[in-house]
Amino acid sequence: MNSHAQLQTEVQQNASLQQKIYQKRRFRWMDHGFKWLTFSFGCIILIMFVWIILELTNESKQSISKFGLGFIFSQDWNPVKGEFGALPFIYGTIVSSLIAIIIAAPISIGIALFLNEMAPKWLKQPVAFMIELLAAIPSILYGLWGLFVMVPFIRDWLQKPISKYLGGFPLFSGAPIGLGMLTAGILLAIMIIPIITALARDVIRVVPTLQKEGYLALGATKWEVIWKIILPFARPGILGACILGLGRALGETMAVTMVIGNRAEIKASLFAPGHSMAAVIANEFTEATDDIYLSSLIEIGLLLFLVTFVLNAGARFLIWTVAKGSKGGVKG
Amino acid sequence: MLVIVVLLTSLALIPLISILSYIIYKGAPAINLDFFTKLPAAVGETGGGIGNSIVGTFVLILIASCVGLPVGIMAAIYLNEYMPKGMYSSTIRFVIDVLLGIPSVVIGIFAYLAFVKPIGHFSAWSGGLALAIIMIPIVTRSTEEILRLTPNSMREGSYALGISKWRTILHIVLPYSIKGIVTGIMLGIARVAGETAPLLLTAFGNHFWNTSISEPIASLPAQIFEYAKSPFDDWIQKAWGAAFVLIMLVLLINIAARSLTRSRLKNVD
Repeated sequence: MNSHAQLQTEVQQNASLQQKIYQKRRFRWMDHGFKWLTFSFGCIILIMFVWIILELTNESKQSISKFGLGFIFSQDWNPVKGEFGALPFIYGTIVSSLIAIIIAAPISIGIALFLNEMAPKWLKQPVAFMIELLAAIPSILYGLWGLFVMVPFIRDWLQKPISKYLGGFPLFSGAPIGLGMLTAGILLAIMIIPIITALARDVIRVVPTLQKEGYLALGATKWEVIWKIILPFARPGILGACILGLGRALGETMAVTMVIGNRAEIKASLFAPGHSMAAVIANEFTEATDDIYLSSLIEIGLLLFLVTFVLNAGARFLIWTVAKGSKGGVKG
Repeated sequence: MLVIVVLLTSLALIPLISILSYIIYKGAPAINLDFFTKLPAAVGETGGGIGNSIVGTFVLILIASCVGLPVGIMAAIYLNEYMPKGMYSSTIRFVIDVLLGIPSVVIGIFAYLAFVKPIGHFSAWSGGLALAIIMIPIVTRSTEEILRLTPNSMREGSYALGISKWRTILHIVLPYSIKGIVTGIMLGIARVAGETAPLLLTAFGNHFWNTSISEPIASLPAQIFEYAKSPFDDWIQKAWGAAFVLIMLVLLINIAARSLTRSRLKNVD
């Protein structure tokens, strides 16, 4: 009896030991399994990226081989005749984005300085929150508001007075209809202010406090600290922030297409309707019946992709140099 | 100086207040029960609603989340927990940076070429996938940043108890940072909820109830675009109504997400 009981416990022990070993093995397997699972999800992102580039280059081949470099420099966009030149769209995208960045950059830097250096504590949070809300509004709603509120406002309060007194200049010639480059640029400026502000705040935050305080101790005013310490130190980073904002403005689609007028022409006047690269894709893509028409639109998409790619890489590099510089500064 | 920056700041806040107040002022009167439950009225008729667009937006978000969230979160776990440094991870981080900067309309072209053209017709799932591609870099970026904030002592304590790495991640690291991860997810959802351009090229739009995800589907942003361009007053009013619903959705998600992180930060302090 005794030996039997012993045997039984031994068997039980053995079983539990085996189970433990089995569990351990299973866990080890799971450990590897989980690692490779997460690894493969990372691979999905890489594959997706390569796939995007392949699809865009493959499908735009037809247009690239037919029009070559002339695609970028030709003004003719005539789907009926099968002539495709992207210059009006490239021009519209560049001009509207430049207007946007010229308006948005000083405002954003001002807000960043206000929030980081001057605002009383109780005001900081709500104002920062409201600026962030500006980034949360979908672009289609900017477009809706732009079309029904901003277009009439700009027509009556900005374009009419300007064309009355400065209508002789080619820059302000033409009928004040509200839709056009200027309106698109102003709307884009509103949309990119939160992006530039957030990045500029990050850059201004890393300006070494020691330097600011040292300068203040020497009797400098707040104004002098901003102009002689903060802005010079943060300059590359602020430039990077502006370039990122520019990249966002270049690719903006819905808001622009609703207020820019959608006409594939190059006019010197800021009041004239124009078109943009992203807008023409959104407007004409589903109507493109010919292969070459579709291929041309995809080539515009590819150009947009390449430009934003280069701008983003450059901007990240500039912001990175400031962050690196601040580390050195703290140590020194 | 103070005067200048205060002026600049208020200059940026005017559009925000104007947008919100106009959408409420013009959109709220369009809201009634029919608006949420009925299909769009035929051309020339008044009445009807945008029930199918509201449902469509939620369906698209659901598809995008089912595809985008696992990819985004798992990739972030690999980046932070398994391989914080190295070629592979820095390549992924770089690709995420690039993906964040790609205009959404370009993603739309890709989704059209990859998911619509081979099939031959527009579909809800291709729209959902396009939104997922926009969502993945946002979710990966925010999840990775939250995971990085998890103190190492938590992981080490778990290892000291003999708990394997994958269980540490699932039972210690993720529960600790769940609020931050959810915040990132919600911001990603809020971002894609208002995306229009990729949907025009993939989900296209639909004037009826959608019965299958392989059919075109209506969505709030696409419906706003269609109505805003129309010459009919009734449709334009519907566009404002749809804008009201969309902005409420987006703002509520945003505010909820932010209040989540704020309470989490308090816990940490």
